[in-house]
Amino acid sequence: MHAQYEIQGGDFTKAGLASSEVKKMLKQLNLDPKIIKRIAVAMYEAEVNVVAHAYHGIMDIELNTEKIIIKVQDTGPGIADIDKAMEEGFSTASKEVREMGFGAGMGLPNIKKNADELILNSKINKGTEVKLVFYLNHQ
Amino acid sequence: MADHTFHHALKILEEVCIGCTHCMQACPTEALRVRNGKAVLNKNKCVDCGECMRVCPVNAITVEQDDFEDIFKFKVRIALVPSVFIGQFARNIPTRKIYSSILEQGFTHVYEAEHGVNILINAVNSYLDNRKEIRPVISSFCPAIVRMIQVRFPNLAENIMLLKAPLDIAALSYRKVLNERGYNDDEIGIYYITPCAAKIAAVKSPVGELSSAITGVIRLDSLYNKVYSSIKKEVNSSCIVPEKEQLKPREMTWSLTGGESRFINGRSLAIDGINNAIEFLEKIENGSISNFDFIELRACDESCAGGILSANNRFLVSERLKERAKQYKLDKKEGKIINNKTIRQNTEYLLDHISIDEVKARSGLMLDEDMNAALKKMEKIRQFTNYLPGIDCAACGAPSCKTLAEDIVQGNAKTLDCIFVQYAINRQESSEKMNDQMEKIWGTEKLNKLAGS
Ligand SMILES: Nc1ncnc2c1ncn2[C@@H]1O[C@H](COP(=O)(O)OP(=O)(O)O)[C@@H](O)[C@H]1O
Ligand code: SF4
Ligand SMILES: [Mg+2]
Repeated sequence: MHAQYEIQGGDFTKAGLASSEVKKMLKQLNLDPKIIKRIAVAMYEAEVNVVAHAYHGIMDIELNTEKIIIKVQDTGPGIADIDKAMEEGFSTASKEVREMGFGAGMGLPNIKKNADELILNSKINKGTEVKLVFYLNHQ
Repeated sequence: MADHTFHHALKILEEVCIGCTHCMQACPTEALRVRNGKAVLNKNKCVDCGECMRVCPVNAITVEQDDFEDIFKFKVRIALVPSVFIGQFARNIPTRKIYSSILEQGFTHVYEAEHGVNILINAVNSYLDNRKEIRPVISSFCPAIVRMIQVRFPNLAENIMLLKAPLDIAALSYRKVLNERGYNDDEIGIYYITPCAAKIAAVKSPVGELSSAITGVIRLDSLYNKVYSSIKKEVNSSCIVPEKEQLKPREMTWSLTGGESRFINGRSLAIDGINNAIEFLEKIENGSISNFDFIELRACDESCAGGILSANNRFLVSERLKERAKQYKLDKKEGKIINNKTIRQNTEYLLDHISIDEVKARSGLMLDEDMNAALKKMEKIRQFTNYLPGIDCAACGAPSCKTLAEDIVQGNAKTLDCIFVQYAINRQESSEKMNDQMEKIWGTEKLNKLAGS
């Protein structure tokens, strides 16, 4: 099963809409609520990063009985130092973005904590791809 | 696992229902459809919030209650009255007068449902201290919210506070006191005067408990009518209720918006209205609210003052209660207050019984137990949804094109139920087949009228 959702950079009022749609799908599949919870958190943070740091993005969902792969690809400034970006509390968010309740520098660390796999690719001035894998090893 | 024994208090009166689709479009869990020209309720999805009842233009949706005469089966007949009942009345009508009139209807005792609040406040705060790993904790007060979480937000079930609501604590306490006075359980009838359908459902099939200490329920509006007309006629010019324990302001306003959250040590928030609650639950799921300790969520706008069985305007009810709470302070200054000892004497016993069991998720959204089958169905639903016109006209008897697509795939509807699909085919085929299909949704009467026969 395959689905795609668009993410608009800079539109904080719509941040989370794509994640919301995917969440609805996952709930229809009788997955363990604990896995849905992890997916929801990681996916939301990846979406918010596009809204907060990039211009435009696509959330791509690939789903079968074994695993779910979520790819969030954006066109944007890219990440200069990925190791640094992964640190808890590190953020380049502007004051305005922080005032909206985003930019605590916990997004990427939270994604890492919740996803079974995280693959981050980024090119300066081109964009970023965040690939998340979750294994649905249901008994 | 899925639990199919849920009791629902909302009932559709088939003779009255005109199949207008209003309820269907108002339902936050997509639990309603129109079949044979009548609204039909899916019991696995309904959370008893009562939004359907609010919008029904012909009063075809009702809330069942226990037969009033049933109370006389018991020697001790207790009216467990929520403070919003008192809030129905103008301030110049003394509480004792209202209680007198309740007794005249046949009850032997009147007890307030919120006397459990004092114990609960401390219990909630220590609960929060002991469960630091779960944030935010979501209040268990409103049963419509608890059920909404079970059905639509299964991954938040573990956030629900596993403590009883005040009315259950109060019922437990009074039952114990009466037992100690020598009455057996089968002599005691505790009847809760309910402002909503959700509380009825919660009493009849409690979540996280085997059974309730409450015997039955009486609709708030029906008791209000009796009490109000008797007070108006001044039948009870004498007051037969002795001076008794009074609700403190915090107890009186507990069921109003912010009533709980104000007493939380830590960061808390109060939200009322079912759609506001849903919006917020989505946020909690995203993990973006974890810096809150406690969230009070109430299904009704203005909380219980706006319950579907509240007899008066929700804003007035709320204001009147707050005014009565102010009066308490004045009375206290003059030494006119009798404080509740019953509950305090039983603190230990009540604290021992204040917990409820884990709240289990229900399968309200699940397409199939088997994930493979569910995936296949989902794929089909997406195809149908793309194919359908997407205008959510509800003429198919489902609230939206997407729900029709789900119904089709689940075998509960036909593609031909969509009038646009019919139109497309009609241009090629005879229309008899379509007519049959329309009759199944809308019944013969409406269609005959259109055909002028
Ligand atoms: N999609 C992205 N495009 C560009 N930069 C990003 C993107 N995602 C993350 N970053 C960079 O990584 C930093 C850390 O990200 P994160 O941990 O989510 O914290 P926050 O978003 O709160 O700043 C961000 O401040 C930003 O500089
Ligand atoms: S807010 Fe109060 S009246 Fe409304 S459904 Fe919840 S408990 Fe019932
Ligand atoms: Mg971020």
